[in-house]
Amino acid sequence: MNPRYILGRIGLWLSVFVIVSPAILFFLWMASLSLKFEIDNASYPPVFFPEHVAWKNYADVFASNRFLTYFTNSLVVTGCATGLAMLVGVPAGYGIARMAAHKSAIVILIARITPGLSYLIPLFLLFQWLGLLGTLVPQIIIHLVVTVPIVIWIMIGYFETTPLELEEAALIDGATRWQVFRHVALPIARPGLAVAFILAVIFSWNNFVFGIVLAGRETRTLPVAVYNMISFDQLSWGPLAAAALIVTAPVLLLTVLAQRQIVAGLTAGAVKGG
Amino acid sequence: MSSVTQVSPVAAEEAAAAREWRPPSYWPFVIPALVVVLAVIIFPWVFTIWMSLQEWKVGSPTVFVGLANYLRLPTDPRFVEAVGHTLSYTALSVLLPLVFGTLAAVVFHQKFAARGFLRGIFIMPMMATPVAIALVWTMMFHPQLGVLNYLLSLVGLPPQLWVFNPTTVIPSLVLVETWQWTPLVMLIVLGGLAAIPTEPYESAQIDGANFWQVFRFITLPLIMPFLFIAGMIRMIDAVKSFDIIFAITQGGPGSASETINVYLYSVAFVYYDLGYGSAIAVVFFLLIVALAALLLYLRKRLLWTSQLGSEA
Repeated sequence: MNPRYILGRIGLWLSVFVIVSPAILFFLWMASLSLKFEIDNASYPPVFFPEHVAWKNYADVFASNRFLTYFTNSLVVTGCATGLAMLVGVPAGYGIARMAAHKSAIVILIARITPGLSYLIPLFLLFQWLGLLGTLVPQIIIHLVVTVPIVIWIMIGYFETTPLELEEAALIDGATRWQVFRHVALPIARPGLAVAFILAVIFSWNNFVFGIVLAGRETRTLPVAVYNMISFDQLSWGPLAAAALIVTAPVLLLTVLAQRQIVAGLTAGAVKGG
Repeated sequence: MSSVTQVSPVAAEEAAAAREWRPPSYWPFVIPALVVVLAVIIFPWVFTIWMSLQEWKVGSPTVFVGLANYLRLPTDPRFVEAVGHTLSYTALSVLLPLVFGTLAAVVFHQKFAARGFLRGIFIMPMMATPVAIALVWTMMFHPQLGVLNYLLSLVGLPPQLWVFNPTTVIPSLVLVETWQWTPLVMLIVLGGLAAIPTEPYESAQIDGANFWQVFRFITLPLIMPFLFIAGMIRMIDAVKSFDIIFAITQGGPGSASETINVYLYSVAFVYYDLGYGSAIAVVFFLLIVALAALLLYLRKRLLWTSQLGSEA
């Protein structure tokens, strides 16, 4: 252990600390805000550790009769949009990879570049005409704009790296293409499925643009519900921060737990919806 | 695997031919997705272009007006202003994450304990729900009670009005955007660093190059392609940025932080001027494509001049 090495290590840990602290401090402050009574939240200089912890803020959010509705809405929209995307996107990624139809990626690229709002105008009119506004169907359908390209993009990448030899052997043995896909290609691509699923869930759960236009009072998802809380309780920071943390907690938990898959997916596709 | 390499050349050729042969029977796999893409991506686009040629306010009949909606754009001061806001917001939101993301990637490329876990923490800002984040930033920006002004006072700086002052609102929003999206740049550059061979570093060490020289003359040129991709993605996302701006300022104070996307929202879903809104959507998309093309062109120029330089 020469002093130069030790100095280098100290420098490294210092830089790691500096780099990670904006994220850590932000989320700690978010937690602190959510656990304080108004007196502490309105005091100057700010209080970091309150004398009395306001668990009540969380209880209030859970107890509000609408929270469960919004939570269910978010769950249904994200669940359906991700499920449908996996259902159509995984086979499509397989087909595109095997046909080497790289030009079809242009559609995905266009979808990636297009601002979410431009989908909203025509689809809003369509849903109005079909009389679907006021149900969750419009939001499920429009979330496909986010989830389908993510799934297709990631699955193309995975199926391109899986070995062809096994599939060819199965074909020679008389398996149909569907059987090859179902029993040979799909099991090998399981890590890819996890990556596509996790990213589709996160970006659909986080989506806000589609909800503010398409959601009515009864069909709000959690991000829209939180946004509407801002306009009504401008001054009660505690419950607001608690609500914000509850909305994003599942995503943060998933990020830390599935950190490896998320990093793999993001570096491969650098996908983001909306 | 070794048996494969020993088969006769004829069999190898046959195998290659089989690989080349792309039967149409893969189409059934793609068709369901094709239907979805047609319905939610292609149809909206065609419909938007058609609508942009109509005078269409919700509740009144549609009238074909040709290019009138497009001609209205340059004479609409709010739109022109929004373009300016979008460009300055985008320029800052591309450059700052590129700088910080590269520095962070260099650090995360080293080996240290709990690196995976810390990387997970580091990418939390970009994965967290934007609205939830925006809400907390709004509280932090509060001029009297916000924690940011308290932090400024600790280092002896005067308090700021942050998003409540027209001159500081865009830099303040860029601060949030940078905090949020530096991790994405870090991840892409980190991928680039992992692909760099070790030989140049070894010879640099023998030549006695210092840390900065190694970074400037070896690392930076080798990760350039990745920086370019990161910059491109960042540009596309920054131009379209909506959640953070809308949730924190709604384009205010006044219209000081109104970007094209926020203005588009107002035109289409506050004033319900759908024809004009569609024209804005089309021009907005073309602007993003134009910016992407400009970046590609600059990259070509840069490569070309550097090649000339090395040949000379």
